Amino acid sequence: MKRLINDPYDVVEEMLAGYVTAHKDHVVLDQASEAQGRVVVSKSAKQKDKVGVIIGGGSGHEPLFLGYVGKGFADAAVIGNINTSPSPDPCYASVRAVDTGKGCIYLYGNYAGDVMNFDMGAEKADEEDGIRVETVLITDDVISSENIEDRRGIAGDFFVFKVAGAKAEMGGDLDEVVAVAKKCNDVTRTMGVAMSSATLPSKGGPIFEMEDGDMEIGMGIHGEPGVRRGKIEPADKVIDQIMAPILADLPYTAGDEVYVLVNSLGATPLMDLHICFRRVAEILAEKGITIYKSLIGSYASSMDMAGMSVTLVKLDDEIKELLDYPCDTPYFKQF
Amino acid sequence: MSDYILNKDYFIAVIEDLIEMAEEKKEYFIQLDSAIGDGDHGMNLSIGFREVSKNLEEWKSEDINTIFKNAGTALLDKVGGAAGPLYGGFFMKFGLPVKGKDEVTFDEFIEMMESGVAIIEKRGKAVVGDATMVDTLRPAVDAMKKAYHDDGCSPKEAMKIAMEVGAQGSDSTVPLIAKKGRAMRLGERAIGHRDPGSASSAAMLEIFYKHMP
Repeated sequence: MKRLINDPYDVVEEMLAGYVTAHKDHVVLDQASEAQGRVVVSKSAKQKDKVGVIIGGGSGHEPLFLGYVGKGFADAAVIGNINTSPSPDPCYASVRAVDTGKGCIYLYGNYAGDVMNFDMGAEKADEEDGIRVETVLITDDVISSENIEDRRGIAGDFFVFKVAGAKAEMGGDLDEVVAVAKKCNDVTRTMGVAMSSATLPSKGGPIFEMEDGDMEIGMGIHGEPGVRRGKIEPADKVIDQIMAPILADLPYTAGDEVYVLVNSLGATPLMDLHICFRRVAEILAEKGITIYKSLIGSYASSMDMAGMSVTLVKLDDEIKELLDYPCDTPYFKQF
Repeated sequence: MSDYILNKDYFIAVIEDLIEMAEEKKEYFIQLDSAIGDGDHGMNLSIGFREVSKNLEEWKSEDINTIFKNAGTALLDKVGGAAGPLYGGFFMKFGLPVKGKDEVTFDEFIEMMESGVAIIEKRGKAVVGDATMVDTLRPAVDAMKKAYHDDGCSPKEAMKIAMEVGAQGSDSTVPLIAKKGRAMRLGERAIGHRDPGSASSAAMLEIFYKHMP
């Protein structure tokens, strides 16, 4: 195993201890007992009356989720064990930590465990404190199911979180924040490829076996098997296979504008990402689709997995304005 | 038959054995979950039951319901994911029908099982055939009821039947297309793999049987 950790049972707590110390200008760890040390709160939270934006999910996807806690983005992130949803009490504690009387929104990728735990957190916030909490599930992974509501959330989380954070910062009410989050999710599509498994600290080895030199198209961010495994092909051929399902999943016409994210799952270098992005740009140019802006780097990882994903957000003026709105977090700043 | 009693020692022995099982089978559950999910099931049960283990000594003086409620709360808090609400829910509801008691009849034990399995079905929104824990637990509890109420089996025989039917239920997840949880995204690719939750549930039934007087 090529990981620098101590006891595998301590990885999440030790990561959080390092994170809140390193980024002490931006975040603190919620000290409420229900938070169980698993709620990262923005120092800007409760500074003014606004809808509370809460994101979260399992660990192992850094900088998702904790990296996006800060002014203009998320007010709090709830952190679970590796590849595992946080439990209900931290989800509940996060509401108390950020609510200013305008209600809160939970945003997370669509996974059965996350839904159960966050729903229980929302129920408790309603029952004990009368705080209204709404939920928007992110379902950007095109290949994970034919039914959109069954799809999982991966790197597209970033954009949905961003628009909700901006709308809340601009003073939108809870219904308006929910509406823009849903709208952004509706126009966000992602697909990925993996070339190795992440290393599971508890196992001291890969989550799943993958022969050196193989790739798997459509693999999930937790290593859920994808649609096709084969020998690694040249970048352009791989991108062609990723872009086709993404573009086929929404009605695109010449003149449309997109925001592009080429995301590393952890071990794929910036060199490769830019080579891949080059092909993405070529394909979009052929279709007459304009790239408004691009992000290239690791925004939603699977620890040390080799692989990448492409996300397209089909833009309109409202989504554009929200994505451009200023924010200041440890892993995404915009002024 | 009505003088058949399960006392607190039985339930504590079950919990102690579950703690051991979670450690012993950790690698096995990780392997099962790696094939179709994200590999977290083994580690999560281990994290949860280690927390139960830390506090069990302190809880032993409480009544059966409180012990299980505490254990369920520990699982819910420490585990997260799907296993937390499901196993945590099972234990939190398991003792509810016998609040305040230190020993239970077999009729009450059946009620406890029913109460626990019902919350798993409700929270997981799963039915038999979805390739989940419910494939093990629902047929097991139904078979136990029938064996005891209709077929004249002794409590221990009825629990043995539940254990066997549960194991078959777990086996039945192997050729299924998973319809819940992460494996559901795999569709036909999940065929040929055992659902990890169904396997840990079957192991739990074995423990409930093993310690029965």
